[in-house]
Amino acid sequence: MHIYVTGAATTQFGELWGVSPRSLARGSVLSALKDADTEPKTVQALFVGNMLSGMLGGQEHLGAFFAEELGFSVPAFKVEGACASGGLAMHNAVNSLLSGQYETVVVLGIEKMTDHKPEDVATALMGAGSEEERSAGATFPGLYAILARIHMREFGTTEEQMAAVAVKNHYHASLNPNAQFHNILTVEQVMRSSRVADPLKLLDCSPISDGAAAVVLTTRKMKRSIEIASSVVATDTLGLAQRKSLTELAATRMASDKAYKIAGVQAADIDVAEVHDCFTIAQILAMEDLGFCKKGESAKKIHTVINPSGGLKGCGHPVGATGVKQVVELVEHLRGTAGKRQVKGAKVGLAHNVGGSGATAVIHILKK
Amino acid sequence: MVGIVSYGTYIPRYRIRIADVAAAWKKDEEEVSKSLGLTDKSVPGFDEDAATIAVEAALGSLKTFQGDPTDIDVMFVGSESHPYAVNPTSTIVGELLGLGHSYLAADFEFACKAGTAAMQAIAGLVAAGHARYGMAIGTDTAQGKPHDFLEYTAAAGGAAFIIGRDEPQSSQLSSDRRKVDHLSSPVIAKLLADTSYSSDTPDFWRRDGMRYPSHAGRFTGEPAYYSHVTGAARRLMEMTNTKASDYDYCIFHMPNGKFPREVAKRLGFTPDQLAPSLLVDDIGNAYSATTILALGAVLDIAKPSQKIFMVSYGSGAGSDAFVWETTEELVSARGGPASGRKSKQTVRDQIANKTYIDYVQFLKQTHKL
Repeated sequence: MHIYVTGAATTQFGELWGVSPRSLARGSVLSALKDADTEPKTVQALFVGNMLSGMLGGQEHLGAFFAEELGFSVPAFKVEGACASGGLAMHNAVNSLLSGQYETVVVLGIEKMTDHKPEDVATALMGAGSEEERSAGATFPGLYAILARIHMREFGTTEEQMAAVAVKNHYHASLNPNAQFHNILTVEQVMRSSRVADPLKLLDCSPISDGAAAVVLTTRKMKRSIEIASSVVATDTLGLAQRKSLTELAATRMASDKAYKIAGVQAADIDVAEVHDCFTIAQILAMEDLGFCKKGESAKKIHTVINPSGGLKGCGHPVGATGVKQVVELVEHLRGTAGKRQVKGAKVGLAHNVGGSGATAVIHILKK
Repeated sequence: MVGIVSYGTYIPRYRIRIADVAAAWKKDEEEVSKSLGLTDKSVPGFDEDAATIAVEAALGSLKTFQGDPTDIDVMFVGSESHPYAVNPTSTIVGELLGLGHSYLAADFEFACKAGTAAMQAIAGLVAAGHARYGMAIGTDTAQGKPHDFLEYTAAAGGAAFIIGRDEPQSSQLSSDRRKVDHLSSPVIAKLLADTSYSSDTPDFWRRDGMRYPSHAGRFTGEPAYYSHVTGAARRLMEMTNTKASDYDYCIFHMPNGKFPREVAKRLGFTPDQLAPSLLVDDIGNAYSATTILALGAVLDIAKPSQKIFMVSYGSGAGSDAFVWETTEELVSARGGPASGRKSKQTVRDQIANKTYIDYVQFLKQTHKL
């Protein structure tokens, strides 16, 4: 059995103070259904990828909440896995189709973060970490700063090289009308920005964002449909302290190895990849762990175009929406409808969505 | 015409360097100072609160008021740090100033714009002939939770303005009992126009019983400060058919050093028009007093027949906007040799007269330690 994406859409990402979660859900799902040229009544299940609706919004019945808003009287689920919630929702939706339970489902990734006090958001995001990390007062910038320090020590990676990731992703975002940021950055600007968790600076970090993305998945091939060639999840330890190595995110490596095998492709075959750059060091780790380059060589020229959407850094990171947005972005490139940021001739795409500091990694490989 | 007949200002002499607050929390001192655009903030003395600061400012305004304190029919005090939740600051201040007992007293609260709201309300009462003179005070000992961003900016200060009219008439309230039998106090700055812009925008709040306010981070910028300040400012320019270049000075509320500079630029004002009112760099944000302390600083130096464009901002949210025009009377009201009176202590004098304290002393003086 094959699974296809037949409709895909995102809302604007950014500080959407005047837009409610209901409006975001409606906007993205109705656009995706229109894109799929299908009626809402064909939808048999709704999978919602979301991390913070409980801690920030006090809403812990999210499937029914959005089903009501969308007028869907179908099975509806919230799937959570920190910043990989969107990718995990995709994976669960794919599995439900493979089981034969449904033929057409909608995956909605959504997060509303900017309505809340920054310290409340920071506390809620630490829900993705281990208890020891929380009680030690660690934050995610702090945890990724540890990974950055080790990478610098082991491979001679420099702060300027990390800054270059943000510069590149902001350039891509400047071409994406739905991105949170459209400003071009320079390495100097990144280097001069406020220090958040040394060596990570403000402009090494993805922002707090609002946004939603939705895809329509079916088991029937239709015009413009893009195949999901593999959907794989790998899980590592929740905390950094329990890991064997801190120079890689093993979950990324494990999930991508399996995903390449299932899809019958190799890393070198990937034309376009949306990778999880919650911090600039995370993109460097991703490029290595996905096999696009060797350890310490991510600055070398590679075939794959990374993060044409602007990535989490430039496009924004509404955490539950990110994993679904990555798939929407790949669909546009594989269809050839990505406008100014189109990766020419793209045939194979990879989405890489990470939860926490690498406890969860979700890989989707899409084929034209 | 209704306008300001006298004013007084007060800034506590204690200062803490923003760098010292940053150092206490192991923050990069230069970075914090640069990102907020200020270097020092004023700190109340151990025995100072919003009421004592109001009295200091009010006494300054009475020095150049040519009427009698009992001619003041209204006392409105705006603050977000009224010493009592229930029990008015306005009567404490009125009693100490000797206003008698035939006056209307009320406390105002509207985050940082309670002082300008009081001015507007009094201008209306005076214009309607319902009061001869009224005193509007903005006073605050602003609170910031230790380690919160507000700790770098929340400051203390007060300003008092006596509002009257060119030819004061006996108010309806007291026409039988009191006649204006002395020289009236002339208007030193005419109120040419004013307007307001309000909406339910919860960017900053403090619930009953809470010691420190909360704020919504970046939400305090575009949808809050900028949209209300520019909303009120543009409306006032339309009403008066004026543009930025028609004014000699502009004044905007100063929650930090960045916002007033940016909003002045957006509205077409030059740095020179703004500079005399930019107090935030040296004393921080004295909340209800900020905008009107800055008005005091401009009146300290303005020449006759100059126009001042002023917009306050209060979280929650609203802006009051005013156009003032100074008169010939302003010069003598400031005192000095020509007037035969002692020179008024200017806002800039008070900014210069300072005693630096360290972070621990700051915690003691603000009763946190």
